[in-house]
Amino acid sequence: MTNIPETGRTPRVQIRLIIIQVLVFSLLATLGGRLWYLQIREGDAYAKEASGNHVQQVVSPAVRGSILDARGVPIADNETRLVVSASRTDLLKMKDDGEAVLTKLADVLGLKPKDVMDKVRLCDSETPQPCWNGSPYQPIPITDEATPKQALQIRERSEDFPGITAEPQAVRRYASPGDANTAQVLGYLSPVTDEEITKAEHTNSPYLRSDMVGRSGLERQYDQQLRGKAGVTRYEVDNLGRVMGEAKSDPAEPGANLVTSIDARVQRVAEYELQKAMKEARKEFDDNTGENYKADSGAVVVMESKTGRIVSMASNPSYDPNAWVGGISGKDYARLTGKKSNYPLLNRAIQGQSAPGSVFKVIPTAAAVNAGYSFDGPYQCSSSYNIGSQVFKNFESKGYGPISLGRALEVSCDTVFYRLSHEEWKRDGGNKPKKNASDWFYKTAHQFGLAKETGIDLPNEVTGRIPDRQWKQDYWKANKDSWCRTGKKNGDYAERIAYENCLEGNRLRAGDSVNYSIGQGDTLVTPIQMATIYSAISNGGTMYDPTVGKAIVSADGKSVQEIKPKSHGKLPMSKQTRDEIDEALEGVATRGTAAWRFADVGWPQDKIPMHAKTGTAEVYGKQTTSWFTTYTEDYTVVMTISQGGTGSGASGPAVRNIYDALYGVSDDGKIDKKKALLPQPQKSLPKIQPDGSIDAPKIKKYVPQEEATQESPQPATGDDPAATVPSPNTGNNRDTRRRTDRSKKRRRTTE
Amino acid sequence: MTGASGFSVSGYGPERSVWARLFARDSLARRLDWPILLSAITLSVIGAALVYSATRNRTELNQGDPYYFLVRHLLNTGIGFALMIATVWLGHRTLRTAVPILYGLSVFLILLVLTPLGATINGSHAWIKLPGGFSLQPSEFVKITIILGMAMLLAARVDAGDKPYPDHRTVLQALGLATVPILIVLLMPDLGSVMVMVIIVLGVLLASGASNRWVLGLIGTGAAGAIAVWQLGVLDEYQINRFAAFANPELDPAGVGYNTNQARIAIGSGGLFGTGLGNGSQTTGQFVPEQQTDFVFTVAGEELGFLGAGLILLLLGIVLWRACRIARETTELYGTIVAAGIIAWFAFQSFENVGMTLGIMPVAGLPLPFVSYGGSSMFAVWVAVGLLQSIRVQRPMSA
Repeated sequence: MTNIPETGRTPRVQIRLIIIQVLVFSLLATLGGRLWYLQIREGDAYAKEASGNHVQQVVSPAVRGSILDARGVPIADNETRLVVSASRTDLLKMKDDGEAVLTKLADVLGLKPKDVMDKVRLCDSETPQPCWNGSPYQPIPITDEATPKQALQIRERSEDFPGITAEPQAVRRYASPGDANTAQVLGYLSPVTDEEITKAEHTNSPYLRSDMVGRSGLERQYDQQLRGKAGVTRYEVDNLGRVMGEAKSDPAEPGANLVTSIDARVQRVAEYELQKAMKEARKEFDDNTGENYKADSGAVVVMESKTGRIVSMASNPSYDPNAWVGGISGKDYARLTGKKSNYPLLNRAIQGQSAPGSVFKVIPTAAAVNAGYSFDGPYQCSSSYNIGSQVFKNFESKGYGPISLGRALEVSCDTVFYRLSHEEWKRDGGNKPKKNASDWFYKTAHQFGLAKETGIDLPNEVTGRIPDRQWKQDYWKANKDSWCRTGKKNGDYAERIAYENCLEGNRLRAGDSVNYSIGQGDTLVTPIQMATIYSAISNGGTMYDPTVGKAIVSADGKSVQEIKPKSHGKLPMSKQTRDEIDEALEGVATRGTAAWRFADVGWPQDKIPMHAKTGTAEVYGKQTTSWFTTYTEDYTVVMTISQGGTGSGASGPAVRNIYDALYGVSDDGKIDKKKALLPQPQKSLPKIQPDGSIDAPKIKKYVPQEEATQESPQPATGDDPAATVPSPNTGNNRDTRRRTDRSKKRRRTTE
Repeated sequence: MTGASGFSVSGYGPERSVWARLFARDSLARRLDWPILLSAITLSVIGAALVYSATRNRTELNQGDPYYFLVRHLLNTGIGFALMIATVWLGHRTLRTAVPILYGLSVFLILLVLTPLGATINGSHAWIKLPGGFSLQPSEFVKITIILGMAMLLAARVDAGDKPYPDHRTVLQALGLATVPILIVLLMPDLGSVMVMVIIVLGVLLASGASNRWVLGLIGTGAAGAIAVWQLGVLDEYQINRFAAFANPELDPAGVGYNTNQARIAIGSGGLFGTGLGNGSQTTGQFVPEQQTDFVFTVAGEELGFLGAGLILLLLGIVLWRACRIARETTELYGTIVAAGIIAWFAFQSFENVGMTLGIMPVAGLPLPFVSYGGSSMFAVWVAVGLLQSIRVQRPMSA
């Protein structure tokens, strides 16, 4: 090897070495280029991805805010309960889908295994309640009423109960202070659905998997404020989920408290009196149908006349809102949504609509004045009014001779309004309507805010209906096919009506205008609409959007956001007309159809001027609807009972008792300020301490006057159980006699 | 003093004592290729830092000692450095005579892997467990013996002046010599090493001046072999998945595509300057698997940024550039072939390793020369450096 020739460097090898070198450096260049692309060009995107990679979020749900009454008494708050939950994902990993575990669990909890298993199945269109409506990845609560012993059993034998947890959790509680359950106004919560999570994902208030969402009532309306903001603790974790450190965290913001204008005590009175009035009505015999009144549903609204704030709102049939807490049972759900129980979930104060009958008459009164008729008249109050062969009778066919519109309101004379409305109908062209018909009676009704939501801060309010020309046209279009199919010229009543409707249902007929003028026919209103109108008459003409929420107060009480009364317009009447109607409505309470509920039975009219209007609406195929609208300077109380009888008859005692409770009026007309629950609307807001506690007064349970005087000579205290149970026994004391006296007078006066 | 005698055989300069030779004007130290040496040392030191960063909190690996891997990496580097000195001392020509023994030994070792003595580490059955917690990956040494063996065969007659190029018979012998260990490694299966070996064979053939037909034939065979391997189901499921994940990186980011995805995120998030050593969240969070070995480049990408990762590529580039120069400037074909084999090895292995972390190559379990943790690999690459140095010092100085 000593004499190596230069052959090691043959040209071929040399060229190939250069090829190798070029290849090598192009490979390195490729790496360099790719490195630049990833780190410099796409670097930001990868950095973002990296930061998302190792942050694990631990979400701590915010405590839901309380719903308070006007004085700070919680009507919905939270309590700590032992919640036993099952993880579906864990259960499904088992061979028998967790059946054995759930059976064992049912045994410990003292439940039926089937009930437990039903609770963990997922809801779909074919699965009836109970079923789980929330996220399948979230632990499903089996019960929130586990005893400490049960929880301990489950925890200590955790190997026997894989996927089952028993932990204390804050759950919603509907406190029902003083037995006021306020069910429909409060609404209820149920677990958030996957859809809602996706939908709210990019809004400022995204949902958590574990969230409960308000489904109706205040819980839904103010869900966002009550819910607060869940705390998110972000941990930096490694690929195995081990915590390496804490990243930026957002502490949980507890939900704000909602202060309502509801007064729990008045609410209880309203609920109790509504219930009692309906019970009483069922004892009354209805001559028209030959059976007792059914009194199948009812509602009462107590509103602050000057603000539109709701002091109480009761709807019957009702339910216990706590049925929803911790997942509703199948039985409860069936009861709450069934026809048999007549849909207790409905808030009939805003979702129940019916013909208003005579309480409607303030609207045609204003309409007549607006159309140019004088308030003073006189107008003939005959016992009946004829249009061709059709006879429209006055209530109980009584005549009062020539009277003013005010007197017509007082005695509730139908024929006066029949005549005026018919006249206007004729002026508008009758059966051949003018193009620019003025439709005063309909236009005015719309100006009163009817056929439209009042804008109350509760979801799913219904609009009611004013059967004007447009509505007739639309309604006919939608229904004519079915009318024309079922209608028979010489059939029964329903068939004849259908036949007639098929032919000319699109036209506003003379009879329609007559029926409409006294709030009959196709007219529909809600109790809240009536309360809004009557409180507007009371306050001088401002129609307020009714509100239940009064203020939103942060959990520490520092931030108070008041919900100010908002008006949606003025009544379409001059001040003079307002005053005249106001006077007439006072006349109703003092000498008219409602006098036997107020002036005649010891109402201190001089101290608390009462105004009222009664209504007994006829509904085809049903018993009459009782309407009673009343107001004082401060409050408006509207009550209605479906199939309950006459206005003052069925609803009268209840409304009177509500006023008695509000003002502390006793039967002899004396005002006892100490007994008055709320002689003035609650102005100030309750104080919430920085630690979240609330200075709420103690609530005494409502003791109806009859029982209070009978059962205990001393004033009843809320803590005395003997006095708090309303006794069914009314005995034959003075008050009972008076009450009987009131009901005996039933039907004596016209409505 | 075999090194000295080997030196004297080269016949340049008078004989002097070891120390004198070391420090003389035309001394060994003077003639060493310093750029390669310094680059290799720097790469090893950077590697030590990266390995430390990747393992200091992997308690399940480092047995509670954050410096466990750092110390071992430095130790490996030291042993590798000693092996390099030994190699230079011996000289590649001396080693040439020992090639049959070395070759036989390395093939024996890889055969051992197939016996119950073999162990599977990180899904690759390429290891021999040694007592004392050490393990050996003999396929790393096979890379060297294939280079040396083929070079010996291919250069023998050319260097003797008999022929300008190796004839077909010699090429065939050389290929046969390479095929035996390649097949054994394929049986392990250690696909990454097989790929590197095939590339080495290609580089060796190219540099040997073998006929173009052989080169093209080898490329064709390699392609056919790859298809055959795929079709015959020699591959394990995980190996197929690696390729599938490479073809479609979005595929199952939690499963197969996870490694590459996390690796890319780590490198991409480094930006220009990186997060700083020890501050990479991908690295501290251990989102990238095998980060001290196969995926060590991701630590550089994340924590040292484009500058640091680019420096690694630059240093590798310097090693390869100098190696190319050595290959071109040596007078013997033997030295040229050995250098070319080493170039092919280093270049491909670096490209494959870095390329897979960057998502432009499929995942294969190959270490990054000098940087990755791992004794066998470290020893092998340092021996290779020693061979390059030896080739360099033993060529005549330019007159």
